[in-house]
Amino acid sequence: MDSKRYDSARIGDAVFKGTAWFFAASVIALMALIFAVLLKESWLSINAFGLGFIWTSTWDPVAMQFGALPSIYGTIVSSAIAIVIAVPISIGIAIFLTEMAPKRLKGPIGAAIELLASIPSIIYGMWGLFIFAPFLSEHVEPFLIDYLGFIPLFTGAPLGIGMLPAGFILAIMIIPFISSVSRDIFQMVPPMLKESGYGVGATKWEVIRKIVLPYTRSGVIGAVILGLGRALGETMAVTFLIGNAQEIHASLLEPATSISATLANEFTEAVEDLYLSSLVELGLILFVITFVVLGLAKLLISRFSYQGGKF
Amino acid sequence: MDTHYIKRQTANYAALTISVLSAAFGIFFLFWILKDVFVFGFKAINIDFFTELPAPPGMEGGGLANAILGTLMITVLATAIGVPAGIMAGTYLSEYGRKSRMASVVRFTSDILVSAPSIVIGVFVYALLVKPLGGFSAIAGAVALAIIMLPVVVRTSEEMLKLVPDATREAALALGAPHWKVTIHVVYRGAIRGIVTGVMLAVARVSGETAPLLFTSFNNAFWNFDMTEPTATLTVTIFNYAMGPYDDWHQKAWGAALLITVVVLLVNMISRIIVRGKA
Repeated sequence: MDSKRYDSARIGDAVFKGTAWFFAASVIALMALIFAVLLKESWLSINAFGLGFIWTSTWDPVAMQFGALPSIYGTIVSSAIAIVIAVPISIGIAIFLTEMAPKRLKGPIGAAIELLASIPSIIYGMWGLFIFAPFLSEHVEPFLIDYLGFIPLFTGAPLGIGMLPAGFILAIMIIPFISSVSRDIFQMVPPMLKESGYGVGATKWEVIRKIVLPYTRSGVIGAVILGLGRALGETMAVTFLIGNAQEIHASLLEPATSISATLANEFTEAVEDLYLSSLVELGLILFVITFVVLGLAKLLISRFSYQGGKF
Repeated sequence: MDTHYIKRQTANYAALTISVLSAAFGIFFLFWILKDVFVFGFKAINIDFFTELPAPPGMEGGGLANAILGTLMITVLATAIGVPAGIMAGTYLSEYGRKSRMASVVRFTSDILVSAPSIVIGVFVYALLVKPLGGFSAIAGAVALAIIMLPVVVRTSEEMLKLVPDATREAALALGAPHWKVTIHVVYRGAIRGIVTGVMLAVARVSGETAPLLFTSFNNAFWNFDMTEPTATLTVTIFNYAMGPYDDWHQKAWGAALLITVVVLLVNMISRIIVRGKA
């Protein structure tokens, strides 16, 4: 081979590899930059309110007093409701898809559930506000108040918007994530294990409960935490349904707020530097929470997924 | 028959029934939501919807032509930024990095970025581009969407490139072709279908995003062809109209919702068919 062509090939290789490396590195740089920029922009608020920002419940843009507690509380409670509703249903769906559905139905039903994940969050929010909230306030919440009103969680007026409706919509939104990851993990159970269960006369449910679930436990927990990570950061659906009140109530039927809903509603109205900075700090808190939660999910799931060559 | 056996059978049937009901629950909500979006959306769709500017607040009629254009402009620019960057990073992971420490950090970071709250990305871009440059702009919106797209494209293009067998790469290398030519002419060609599918899904996903656009591209009641100006998008319009007081606004919001939902669902179904055709 003539040396000129050889050289040009080597230069081409170096340039191509360098470009690929640059963009790969830019993913890491982007993550670091997001942290740095959010930290810098929230510095004003961090200095003004210190750590107390996290457990102060006053949010008063007029008096320039800001505390994140109502938002953090709403984010955590609405996501917790979502998890409580979504986890049993998602695992049920994953069991249905891996262990029960006839082969012909597996594909279409799995695809239909996954389509739920592709519907944009704003559609959930709008549908929730116009259709689901009136439905809840007419048919479901009066019933809850009448029969379960002795529990402080279900007191108040049947508004149709509030913590419970927001949590419920979040549940529908994260079901496809939890169920499709769980399904993939259930499929990794060696058939030999299940067959030995059936071989000693176990029923389907016994095989699922005593072989499939224990074998996949950490992966399923990872899938649940992945769903939690999604729920924590979800914005539009929650903004429509949570009611946007900077308050903390024991009742799940009362309007509340969440970090993402506060940001969506107030960010463009914040003129003063301190107000804006407090909002950015809310964003930083949300970013840190989801970072930790998603990192944890990834570690738990990675046992069941392809890790660049080795299992 | 002994009671122990009956108890086990009952538990079995109960559990299996619950799992069937779970699947039914998910499908029920999918159809309920889609039904309402189609029923209410169709009432709002007419020629004006695609060709006219929004009517002044409280007035009937008009359309969302500017928001449709805005969504297209911002999505196209976001794709132009996010897709090449994502494919190159995916190429690094599958062709060069593989099991290296750098590659695993990039994988971990992108997996976290994929699920990072999109509203935080909006706040980030606001602080990075909107505040220093003094105004909302279509460019800022596109950058926010590109950031959301990037990790999705990185991971799917890596997955797709990895499906090309190493023997194919080795065969081309053995003929004396330089590595970069092998990657472009052999590996990309083998994975093109999967990569296109992944890109389509990523585009569909960001075209439905609202949160990152609220304080980057903001909104605009008029035609805007200047990427440095605030620009209306369908999703932000849905947010403002649905929260607004007028019935006509609500109807327009349903129309916009239908338009976005149809596009997203079509892209998802088409990509499923493409992937199935390959398998």
